[in-house]
Amino acid sequence: MSPTLTLLHDGRSDEIPVADLANPTIPAEALEETLGWDLQPEGLCRGVICVPVDQSALVRGDVLDLRVLAGALQRPLVTDEKHAVASLGASHHDRGDALNSLEAPDFTLPDLDGNPHSLSDQRGKKVLLVAYASW
Amino acid sequence: MINVPTILWIDEEGRIARPNDVAFGSNQFKEMTGIDSEAHLERLRAWVRGEGPAMTPEEVRAAQTLPTAADQEARAEFTLAWWLSQQGHAEDAEPHYVRAGELAPHDFTIRRGTMLIRGLDPMGEDFMKIVTEWTEAGNTFYRPLEPVSAS
Repeated sequence: MSPTLTLLHDGRSDEIPVADLANPTIPAEALEETLGWDLQPEGLCRGVICVPVDQSALVRGDVLDLRVLAGALQRPLVTDEKHAVASLGASHHDRGDALNSLEAPDFTLPDLDGNPHSLSDQRGKKVLLVAYASW
Repeated sequence: MINVPTILWIDEEGRIARPNDVAFGSNQFKEMTGIDSEAHLERLRAWVRGEGPAMTPEEVRAAQTLPTAADQEARAEFTLAWWLSQQGHAEDAEPHYVRAGELAPHDFTIRRGTMLIRGLDPMGEDFMKIVTEWTEAGNTFYRPLEPVSAS
């Protein structure tokens, strides 16, 4: 039975079967469902965007090398082999594009009574967002 | 967000009208921080009342500090460390917290924000040690935008 890698990415986690925890891979058929990208002859594609990739390095039979994949997408990948977990971060280009869009990303947090509130609930009003810490 | 307090103005359409900035709600910590809360509060009141401008989109973009590849790697390390902590592997989480801080030494939401999880004191000597190292290397702990926080 293959070991399983816990892949932390995009605010979620997925359990992925891998052959070798030291060289993590992702099943080719799981690429689109897990990360939203599709491997095409021109590269890794999502919508109208395609990113060139060295497919000879990426494809290993029916699995994809996760480090090559992360490198092509310019996403950081850090791993802990002992606990079979990897963290695939966001690309700094994607984060920069999101920030430059000036659109405040929606989020939902509970108030002291546990009632959820979303930023989008405040649409139509000016909002002052304050982040603080009580330590 | 790399430190607290951080404030952000968001307009009626959900667009950022003032990017992350350092501002306090009162002058309780003014002696320590050197930041007068009233400068921001005056601008905020004027913006809310329609008596003063926010920043233009171009000004907001120019004032933002975009994350680097190292910043994003630090956040990936933090995510991994936090997961390990949650799973009860504090000892194995520690090097990932440390690495995150090395990658983004200016990110005190990671460096200070993780102290309690790591058994360190975010209000005491452990915190003062990293702040002293940071400031003695010529860096500033609070970096407000100008001119909002000019007192």
